[in-house]
Amino acid sequence: MIRVDRLFRLQRPSLDQAHQRLSVLILLFAAGFLVVAGRAVDLGVFQYAGDPAAPVNPAEADHRWQRAEIVDRRGEVLATTVASQWLYADPRRIQKPEETALALAEILPGQTAGDILRRFRRPKEFVWIEHNLTPSQVAAVNALGEPGLNFKTGSLRLYPHGRLAAHALGYTGIDGEGLAGLEKFFDRRLTDPARLDEPLRLSLDLRVQHAATDELALAMDEFQAKGAVALVMDVHSGELLSLVSLPDYNANRYATATPEQKRNRATYEIYEQGSALKAVTIAAALDAGLVRLDDRIDATKPIRIAGYTIHDFHGQRRDLTVPEVFTYSSNIGSARLGDTLGAERQKRFFRQVGLLSPADVEVTEVSAPRYPERWGRIHTMTASFGHGVSISSVQLAQAMAAMVNGGRLQPATLLADADRQGRHRGRQVISPETSAVMRQLMRVAVVKGTGSFADVPGYRVAGKTSTAEKPGQTGGYDHDRVLSSFTGVFPAETPRYLVFAMLDEPHGTEATYQFAGGGWVAAPTVGKIIARIGPLLGVEPRPADQTFIREAALLVQEKD
Amino acid sequence: MSALGRSDDSVLARWWWTVDRWMLVMVFALMGAGLILTWAAGPWVARTIGLEPLHFVKRQGVFLVLAAVVMLAVSLVSPRQIRRAACVLLPVSLLLMLVTVLAAPEINGSQRWLPLGSFTLQPSELFKPSFVVFAGWMLSAKIDNPNLPSWRAAAAVYIAGAALLVLQPDFGQLVLVTLVFLGQLTLAGLPFLWISALAVAGIAGLGLAYLTVPHVASRIDRFIDPSSGDTLQMDRALEAFRRGGLLGQGPGEGEVKRHLPDAHTDYIFAVAGEEFGTLAALALLAAFAVIVVRALSDLLDEEDPFIVIAGAGLVMLFGLQALINTAVNLALLPPKGMTLPFISYGGSSLLTLALTMGMVLALTRRNRYLTAPLRERRA
Repeated sequence: MIRVDRLFRLQRPSLDQAHQRLSVLILLFAAGFLVVAGRAVDLGVFQYAGDPAAPVNPAEADHRWQRAEIVDRRGEVLATTVASQWLYADPRRIQKPEETALALAEILPGQTAGDILRRFRRPKEFVWIEHNLTPSQVAAVNALGEPGLNFKTGSLRLYPHGRLAAHALGYTGIDGEGLAGLEKFFDRRLTDPARLDEPLRLSLDLRVQHAATDELALAMDEFQAKGAVALVMDVHSGELLSLVSLPDYNANRYATATPEQKRNRATYEIYEQGSALKAVTIAAALDAGLVRLDDRIDATKPIRIAGYTIHDFHGQRRDLTVPEVFTYSSNIGSARLGDTLGAERQKRFFRQVGLLSPADVEVTEVSAPRYPERWGRIHTMTASFGHGVSISSVQLAQAMAAMVNGGRLQPATLLADADRQGRHRGRQVISPETSAVMRQLMRVAVVKGTGSFADVPGYRVAGKTSTAEKPGQTGGYDHDRVLSSFTGVFPAETPRYLVFAMLDEPHGTEATYQFAGGGWVAAPTVGKIIARIGPLLGVEPRPADQTFIREAALLVQEKD
Repeated sequence: MSALGRSDDSVLARWWWTVDRWMLVMVFALMGAGLILTWAAGPWVARTIGLEPLHFVKRQGVFLVLAAVVMLAVSLVSPRQIRRAACVLLPVSLLLMLVTVLAAPEINGSQRWLPLGSFTLQPSELFKPSFVVFAGWMLSAKIDNPNLPSWRAAAAVYIAGAALLVLQPDFGQLVLVTLVFLGQLTLAGLPFLWISALAVAGIAGLGLAYLTVPHVASRIDRFIDPSSGDTLQMDRALEAFRRGGLLGQGPGEGEVKRHLPDAHTDYIFAVAGEEFGTLAALALLAAFAVIVVRALSDLLDEEDPFIVIAGAGLVMLFGLQALINTAVNLALLPPKGMTLPFISYGGSSLLTLALTMGMVLALTRRNRYLTAPLRERRA
């Protein structure tokens, strides 16, 4: 009893205090729980998110993007964007991995069951199975009833015309980014939110593109060429109505195309284009007043210079008039004209007609030309007939158009005029008079010279053939590997369109007596294209006007 | 007891008539809720790390049975036996913590777990209740005999334990143990001047940790300014409550849990909020609050200072852990690795809490049919 009493006295004050403080502690805890409870009510009731459709994981959000359409000059859709279904899996929810993988491999060509199963076994909650399923594939996947398979709506860039104009259009990646061609060049314009509803209108004419592609492919097949280019250009505006590069690919399946198919031979590949440049040389010499049409140029024997010999293929072994140099495509005569011009003047003129700078055309695959850094006498001579200077076909086409259109260099473009405001301004490079003479020369080259197979009754084709031996592997030129082209314009008196066809390493056939030159393989192709597009483009057929070429034709002495 | 005519004198009968049965019911309710919520959150996590879906549920089931057995067994023993057990467990746990710091493998940048067969043991879990009981004994001894240097003994053990927690490092546990010890000191009669001084020291310690430990700094930075870093866990947890609404999306309908790291452990409260709604979250909070308030109230008319201080310490351990975890889930506090008692998945944590609550039940046992004045008169 005493002990208890003592205890009582000793600890009573302390214990009382402990109990007091304990009640404060209880209040603090109660307050703490109330605050937490209040926060829970705040979130769950006052900030209630409803039944949100938006998924928690951003990876599950729809994968849509937008991009303006691309149309041809007549409004035909060349590229558009549609919604598509993308299949993904949540491996953790897949009930029967093996069975499902086998079934999916059946539905999705190009996928193997083993590969799909490997993805099912990944410790993830989201794996892609396939992009852009067709509606019937979607239905087949849904019919599997597998809860772990699901779709997201994605976007798909669709090229309704497949191969047609694939090189000009380029293609678009899975996330809607332009990866090549116009799609890449105009990536910002096509994705500009303010202009999504406004299609990008091109200069291309789908009908012309189709005719050119068709004829070029036939020629490439007939002459077993390894590649080919066709261009149709409005000579006054520089607008390209057609740009064909073969072999081509289906823009909807760009991923499976080979590099060889994807290469744009019209803008990216540069070649020593050959004789077509004789037109440029002659125009420069005429325009500078250095030579007159009836001047005689010595082509009696090959020129030997700096260890090289310049030959003629259709050697006349006599003095030639200027129209003869052009019509018979004399290398010797051209070299002499170039020599008369001189290196400086020639280089300046080449630069003026755009042969020394990359074509300013609206695709990203454009190469810069290649030319000698030191432009010596030998270079002047070879450049006169198109060797030693490598340029793209589009560069050649725009320079040739300037020769016949009254003398204005109008840079090539893929855009229709409304979309091109301020982009290109042409410049006068030769006088209208010189240009008029050039039209005559080119018409005579078809009527009397190497380009006769290009003529089309009623459409008065003028033009120039090229047969350029390609540089060999060991230096020098390779006689068996040539680049054959024809640059045609029509109608000859007042040209409206330029049609260019080029075959890379064609082989002669029985029908061409094994010849593979531009006059044999490219000129007929241009003729066939013109025969098809002339009516489409509203060019009126008329009988050939012989008086128009009289001046030049009389200076051409017929071959024996 | 005998005054009420119950003649059965066995250990079980005594327990049955003296234990706080409402508290027992609440704890079992929490355990049941925990199993259901592990069922909701566990399978997603299990599949993500390549385990079979019910891996966590099955293990949690086993842990819960063990925990129930441990809790009931501990609640049978007397306060004196608890004190003795704590005095045995305390040096063992300190020793194991030392081994952990010296030899345990590093997981996520800290050494907290000792591998033990297919289980891992977290010695600091064992340290918490045994230290709190020990501290309760030491601090109450001073009330009995003011001349004993027992406070110093408690402080020394606290410093040793705190040092080991810093070395691991495990700041969540350190904060918890420190707060509880501070509470116990307060109850034991520490002058308010001292309490304020210690509170200031505690805040200074937190500041020091902020300045010297990068991951503490980053967590606090991200809490104060969400744009300063990755607040994915915090944002997703809030999203869960907002989606859940009052009644929840329904069992198994949760979406956020699939993208919520630690959904089955530290963030299980958010899963409850999404699938079962704010009402369920409130019910869980109510259960915790009732257990805490009821246990502390039981101590209000307890005469034995050891039982008051040790018991209150154990209840604070339990209550603070629940409070901190739920507050973290609701983004009221910066994230820290702390489980929700009896709800979160995890063996070490569950068994520790069973031990803690077993001791609380044991310490709060008394004749439920005597009112306080009667008991006082009896004394």
